[in-house]
Amino acid sequence: MENNIVLSAKGICMTFPGVKALENVDFNLRKGEIRALMGENGAGKSTLIKCLTGVNKFEAGEIHLDGIDGPVVNRDTLDAQRKGISTVYQELNLCPNITVAENLFIGREPMTKIHTVNRRKMNEMAAKLMKDLDLDIDVTQNLEEYSLALQQMIAIARAVDMDCKVLILDEPTSSLDDNEVAKLFVMMRRLRDKGVGIMFVTHFLEQVYEVCDGITVLRNGTLVGEYSIEELPRVKLVAAMMGKDFDDLASIKQEGSGDKSKEPLVIDAKGLSHAGTIKPFDLEIHKGEVIGLTGLLGSGRSELARAIYGADRAQTGTLKVKEKEVTIKNPIDAMNLGMGLLPDDRKAEGIIGDLSVRENIILAMQAKQGIFKKIPMSKQIEIADKFIEMLQIKTASRETLIKQLSGGNQQKAILARWLATDPDFLILDEPTRGIDIGTKTEIQKLVLKLADEGKSVMFISSEIEEMLRTCNRMAVLRDGAKVGEISGDDLTQEGVMKAIAGGGK
Amino acid sequence: MKKLKLGGNNILLAITVVLFVVMYLGGCIIYADKGFTHLQTFLNVLINNAGLIAVASGMTCVMLTGGIDISVGSLIAMDCMFLAVGMEQWGMSSPVLMILVLVIGVVFGMVQGYCVAYLEIQPFIVTMAGMFFARGMTAVICKDQVSIVSDKLFTAISNMKISIPFGGYTNKKGIYQVPFIRPTVVVALLVVVAVFLMLKYTKFGRSIYAVGGNQVSATLMGLNVRRTKLLTYTLCSLLTSIGGICYCLNTMCGTTTQATGLEMDAISSSVIGGTLLTGGVGNVLGSLVGVFINGTISTLVKSNGKLVSSWANIITAILLCFFILLQAIFAKIKESKKA
Repeated sequence: MENNIVLSAKGICMTFPGVKALENVDFNLRKGEIRALMGENGAGKSTLIKCLTGVNKFEAGEIHLDGIDGPVVNRDTLDAQRKGISTVYQELNLCPNITVAENLFIGREPMTKIHTVNRRKMNEMAAKLMKDLDLDIDVTQNLEEYSLALQQMIAIARAVDMDCKVLILDEPTSSLDDNEVAKLFVMMRRLRDKGVGIMFVTHFLEQVYEVCDGITVLRNGTLVGEYSIEELPRVKLVAAMMGKDFDDLASIKQEGSGDKSKEPLVIDAKGLSHAGTIKPFDLEIHKGEVIGLTGLLGSGRSELARAIYGADRAQTGTLKVKEKEVTIKNPIDAMNLGMGLLPDDRKAEGIIGDLSVRENIILAMQAKQGIFKKIPMSKQIEIADKFIEMLQIKTASRETLIKQLSGGNQQKAILARWLATDPDFLILDEPTRGIDIGTKTEIQKLVLKLADEGKSVMFISSEIEEMLRTCNRMAVLRDGAKVGEISGDDLTQEGVMKAIAGGGK
Repeated sequence: MKKLKLGGNNILLAITVVLFVVMYLGGCIIYADKGFTHLQTFLNVLINNAGLIAVASGMTCVMLTGGIDISVGSLIAMDCMFLAVGMEQWGMSSPVLMILVLVIGVVFGMVQGYCVAYLEIQPFIVTMAGMFFARGMTAVICKDQVSIVSDKLFTAISNMKISIPFGGYTNKKGIYQVPFIRPTVVVALLVVVAVFLMLKYTKFGRSIYAVGGNQVSATLMGLNVRRTKLLTYTLCSLLTSIGGICYCLNTMCGTTTQATGLEMDAISSSVIGGTLLTGGVGNVLGSLVGVFINGTISTLVKSNGKLVSSWANIITAILLCFFILLQAIFAKIKESKKA
């Protein structure tokens, strides 16, 4: 093939019910190149990957692979693997209940003479592979014994070990910390130098500029363009992804910020705790205030929110809502007090995949009313349409099953669910994770708007920048305990970092 | 030597084993006068449950994939009736019939497996259809409801005793009793060993665990999930048919109501033995101990003499609740550890 191209797709078309997922998309990947595939949620990145790896059958177009004459048809993932395309998907695709070694080698285990699995040899090979990648893992343990980040590294190790020509990494870094990301990048560069073509999907723009050689941008299922890294600086990339001149996040001014401590208290928690997850903490939240919870992953941010909301019943302490002492036994109590919680794991705790967008939006409202007072259909439709319009949820119709929506739009739908209950106090746990930059901005703006309307918001995010932009005050957590609060002039990137890192406030 | 880590799943198996030992020792102390301490009492548990052991082995495999097979009881009834009627009315030789029964098992399992794996129908519904079909066929094969076996070879195998060289005792009349097992026990234990090795050391066996662990992942890792499921259901029905032959050798008859509810015994044995209904976790040795526990319960109730046999069901129910509760607790602990 010309120009060292190892993988080339031409004119790929693919339709999901009611939505044109891909329209005439080209994609080219050279040997020894790391190419970022960028686009907003729902731009068709995951769909394109699934077409390339044989998970989805596309309707038109051709795929060519280096060393194979004629168009390639991948019947399934295994088939694609045999031809040299290895993939690590966004959602972990390993089995938690079998050992690390088995996860690495299943489907291609070393065999003994009598055609049984040679477990000893498999474990040795796995241990060597882990050592090569500088991972300290006992390969004979079940996968579930290890953290998500390590599992992700194992998934990548599996893909890497398959002597692939093309390696596809679909958002591999979303659950990794900086250290692990660095390790991953070392691994990627090593593979690139060996001549592997790597396709890299991520939402972190800085990572693109750190490791990639080229960028391919998709928007609404069509190809925007293929660029080298030099010709597409950050701002232009964002503009290309959004299809308009990017007004930058700077347009969100900190108009909402300022001292709200004179406003009446909405939440007043004293000594709340939940055994094993969050140590006793005090927290006051005022009307119209946006309070941020910050801390490293696993420092107890979500747990604090869950303790207030009653998802994990608080075992000690008192909670006053609007100056009245209350006992919250379960989320329904919290909802009746005007609270709403947008959970961080939207797959497991948020959406109900087999219900329509309308039904998902109406859910919390219906629960609040009680199951015997059905909300009339006309009202349901009115509310659903209002929020689809307001949050610009991209869906074929309000009756589309929510599982067919892209991640960012699912997130918006869940947000709509809570907005529909008209809460006074809304907890947003990682509302912007895995969401493209345009939607992020919209959600941040929405948070500020809610605060302006006099609602209080608890905002949990791993991105300090966006918290600084939206929050009046931030509570810092470390190892399951609230260790401090930052407000006013200390509310800077540096101040927050220092507080998270510890060693004095 | 690899250190055996006491993870939640190992603890479950350990609890099962300990429970069995405690239960049995309890029986030995309370009912010592009724001969509970004799080795033969335990061997009788084996003899009476040889069929169930084979069935539970197959059931464990199916449950490991996250499925269920409730047709096994009816399939056994059909197998037994087929054997009995074949020998008595059609005059066929018993070895031929036994092979035919195994073939029937394979075909039966393949059809069910195909429906589950390729047509993606709920396993519960598919095997429920299988259950009604097999039970119906049992009555169709024999219109008299009952058929007693009198075939010479079959009777000979059934009555064959394999002596155990130790653990005998002298009975009240002063005659030394040599403990024995039946050939069916040997078959059942061979099945357990074979399935154990298959699950641990073959590609197919490991695929079963992977499919039960996360079906989507297994597909994306390039495993043939559908074929694995098809083969698992086929294996289950084949093992059930082996169990059916054992069962028939034990009862020496075919009746339309035979082995009713046996599927539930197999499922409960697997669950008590540590197999999760959600799939992916479990072990055929655990299921074997599960059968032992079930068998011991009924022996205990019989030894008491005053209790109605239904008490065995109630005790099994309590145990099941206990084990499901334990599983849930361990799952919770594991989750909280991770977070």
